Amino acid sequence: MTMTAPPPGKKLNRIGLDLQPYRGSKTTLCAGCGHNAISERVIDAFFEMGVDPRRVVKLSGIGCSSKSPAYFLSASHGFNAVHGRMPSVGTGALLANHKLIAIGVSGDGDTGAIGIGQFVHLMRRNLPMIYIIEDNGCYGLTKGQFSPTADLGSKLKNGVVNDLPPLDTCALAVELGATFVARSFSGDKKQLLSLLKAALSHRGTVMLDVLSPCVTFNDHEGSTKSYAYVKDHDEPVGDINFVPVFEDITVEYEPGSTQEVTLHDGSKLYLKKIGEAYDPTDKLAAMRLLLETSRRGEYATGLIYVEPDRDDFITLLNLVDDPLATLPLERTRPSKAALDEIMEGLR
Amino acid sequence: MSPTDLAPQEAVAKRSNARAVNDFSLQVATVNGSGSQTANLVLLRSIFQMGVPVSGKNMFPSNIAGLPTWFTIRANKHGYVARKKEVDFLVAMNSETAKEDVLTLDSGAACVYDEPLKLNALRSDVTFYPVPFDKLVAPVCSDAKLRRLVRNMIYDGVLARLLNIDMGQMEKALNKQLGKKAKAVTLNMAALKTGWDFAEKNLPIQHPFRIEPMNQTRDMILIEGNAAAAVGCMMAGVTVVAWYPITPSSSLCETLITYMRKYRMDKETGKATFAIVQAEDEIASLGMVIGAGWAGARAMTSTAGPGISLMAEFTGLGYYAEVPAVIFDVQRVGPSTGLPTRTAQGDILFASLLSHGDTKHPMLLPASPEESYSMSMDAFDLAERLQTPIFVMMDLDLGMNTWMSDPFPYPDKPLDRGKLLDEATLKRIGEWGRYKDVDGDGIPYRTIPGDGMPAYFARGSGHNARALYSERADDYVTNLDRLGRKFETARAFVPKPIVEINPKASIGFIGYGTSHWAISESRDQLRNETSVETSYLRLRAYPFSAELIEFFDRHERVYVIEQNRDAQMAALMRLELKPEHIAKLRSVLHYNGLPIDARSITDDVLAKEGHDLVVHHREVPDEPGGEAGVGGE
Repeated sequence: MTMTAPPPGKKLNRIGLDLQPYRGSKTTLCAGCGHNAISERVIDAFFEMGVDPRRVVKLSGIGCSSKSPAYFLSASHGFNAVHGRMPSVGTGALLANHKLIAIGVSGDGDTGAIGIGQFVHLMRRNLPMIYIIEDNGCYGLTKGQFSPTADLGSKLKNGVVNDLPPLDTCALAVELGATFVARSFSGDKKQLLSLLKAALSHRGTVMLDVLSPCVTFNDHEGSTKSYAYVKDHDEPVGDINFVPVFEDITVEYEPGSTQEVTLHDGSKLYLKKIGEAYDPTDKLAAMRLLLETSRRGEYATGLIYVEPDRDDFITLLNLVDDPLATLPLERTRPSKAALDEIMEGLR
Repeated sequence: MSPTDLAPQEAVAKRSNARAVNDFSLQVATVNGSGSQTANLVLLRSIFQMGVPVSGKNMFPSNIAGLPTWFTIRANKHGYVARKKEVDFLVAMNSETAKEDVLTLDSGAACVYDEPLKLNALRSDVTFYPVPFDKLVAPVCSDAKLRRLVRNMIYDGVLARLLNIDMGQMEKALNKQLGKKAKAVTLNMAALKTGWDFAEKNLPIQHPFRIEPMNQTRDMILIEGNAAAAVGCMMAGVTVVAWYPITPSSSLCETLITYMRKYRMDKETGKATFAIVQAEDEIASLGMVIGAGWAGARAMTSTAGPGISLMAEFTGLGYYAEVPAVIFDVQRVGPSTGLPTRTAQGDILFASLLSHGDTKHPMLLPASPEESYSMSMDAFDLAERLQTPIFVMMDLDLGMNTWMSDPFPYPDKPLDRGKLLDEATLKRIGEWGRYKDVDGDGIPYRTIPGDGMPAYFARGSGHNARALYSERADDYVTNLDRLGRKFETARAFVPKPIVEINPKASIGFIGYGTSHWAISESRDQLRNETSVETSYLRLRAYPFSAELIEFFDRHERVYVIEQNRDAQMAALMRLELKPEHIAKLRSVLHYNGLPIDARSITDDVLAKEGHDLVVHHREVPDEPGGEAGVGGE
């Protein structure tokens, strides 16, 4: 689209755009909904990283979470797909044009229940896409039924107790092959922003589970996804400092206090130890952390697992450099000689 | 389950024995997994190479090894390639079905059988040729494991002798079938020769069936419809393919993969100009196609009925978000374990109206490999022109069986990428809205991610002309009516029916897809045996066009002939026809899982027309009277 030059005095990012094209339409979610805070962080991350919104596709399934792509990046194309099947639509879009940057927003029901099949295969394929689960443990848009991430023993507003164990989307993602797995909390601005920026520097599937309390149906005493509960049980695995590749900053740290991770585009993540040492490149350690914290009723947040160098799905397909969608006829229709050869083989 | 529960045998009417040269059908009854396919295709190809019109139909079980399978080859000098009910020549290799196979033969038929089966005692009106296959194969093949396969080539040799098939052509066909495997060719040639020698020495010919060289197949090719569609997709410039294996459609994408790897790798970089993904299920297949189509790719999937069921929701989304997509439905019968390897035209009503809410979708109806090829290209053009999912309705008979065809012409048209917004168009139309009907044809202008043109938010039915979320009643109605206009526009874009008006005819036939071949033959039977004249309209697409109405106007009774129980295409017609047309509508229906045959149509029509059912068949004259020409239209 044609983006007019911003008026003077406005804050511009590194590609010369102001915030406007990164903003979306007015939210229709409940006041105080965690999802809105996540949309704000997405706007900040894409703006600050200088991502061209015309290269971005926003995707979602169905549910409160899946409405949110309308509330950020108005200059980007968006597709509100069917319930639980956004991963396939995102996959198709990236096959058509692998130069696009894809961000998908799902919910805990959209992912963990109806969409678990597509979630599994998205993770397996390591498709280069940022996949956010806005996780509130319930179906908000149909008025508060339990979702598969509801914790054992958690209570609905009407007193019904959940007697099934939860799915841990992070543990699943690590197990299934996602190469960037993180958990955060919609109320933790700094951590979430750092993770989103790091996500934009990664090439592969980013699975970001963001605890995002539902203020209307799941914010009461007895719920393990309420603001109060999550705040009390948030256990960051480290203090995250993200330094993008385009910023010439050297971070100095005491040896042994910080782990440095170099991401696909050369940006760096500095993970400062809080309690015990944690190595997010160790898959077994990641699984242990998730199991141990969940057993204690806590949420481990931060970067859980990262594998910066594994080939993503698009790389495995060995595609030509130009987007498939716009290849000209002469590159997509074989010659008459080719057809003749095929016909000859069938005589 | 008794093995004969899988049998394709039907009770057949008594018929004349006057048939012999280049006009008979041969059935090979084997066990699946026994490697008989090569032998059967060598036989078919040899007859084809001798210039005699031929068709091959494989009736196989849903199983990998051990259940009965029948391969029918029909040689016909008039070019009739539909299935023929009567078996003239049986090769009984399967002990479990042999008895029933022999008992259902007509009087005057011939049968080659595995000697230990002792079938000759079953009938006195059938000519029997016992062949000791095990004894013959042992000296030819020392490897016991290979014997089971090589044994099939012995019946080819026996048949070559008994049916006068040229051994040189058998050898050529064998080389073609086995490609560069020299060792295998030598081994199989020895088996062929052994069979031929045995027959020459021991089996004096006592039947009238013979192949004599003709020149009816010159320059033609042999191909399955699925492979033809694959070539069409490649030539249509498909870039994204997502699929999930399912019988009978798998070979479409598998063949496509083979061709694309050969002909669609970038010459300079060696990289692929396409992406083919085997998805986790049919829901994901179509999801990927919809995502790719939305982002500007020429995208397709191929599936069968069960996959279509799973694709219902995404098809509706594609309809409302207006995303180009091409969906091949290689039709088969019912769900789950419901005869998945048998043919039908049973998804017509379902596919045309697939999904919830008000939805309807264009369908293309290829009848031949050549149309599978050309309509594949049409489908991509239509999908982008109309910005909607397009169904290509094939069936197992077309997709998986071997057909003669004229070679495919190189496409002479550029791709139609439809209404993509560009700077010039934007200037011309002023303000752009994704779902605005600028040209009055119901087709809006679209943009694709990354093209630098204005972005929009795609979603289901709840949007206004500017693609903004809306639940307003007037926005919804406006959009729905425009989609209706778009469907009207589609009538002019889809392939027209082929109409043959016979001025002497008071009745008309309507058919589509593979039914065409049996219909053409039936029309000749009616004319030659009973002097009933017919007109014929072959549908090639839905939505229908004005020709259909004219056809009803011109005839007193119109028979819609199709391969399903509920007269599905006729039901679609009823939605549009006037009461006076509906009053003329009759149906001929065939739905036993086997490809429709001419005799079934002829008998049914005569019964419905009030003719005496006991028909005295005259011999078919040497020149076919109708349009049952060889090859496509």
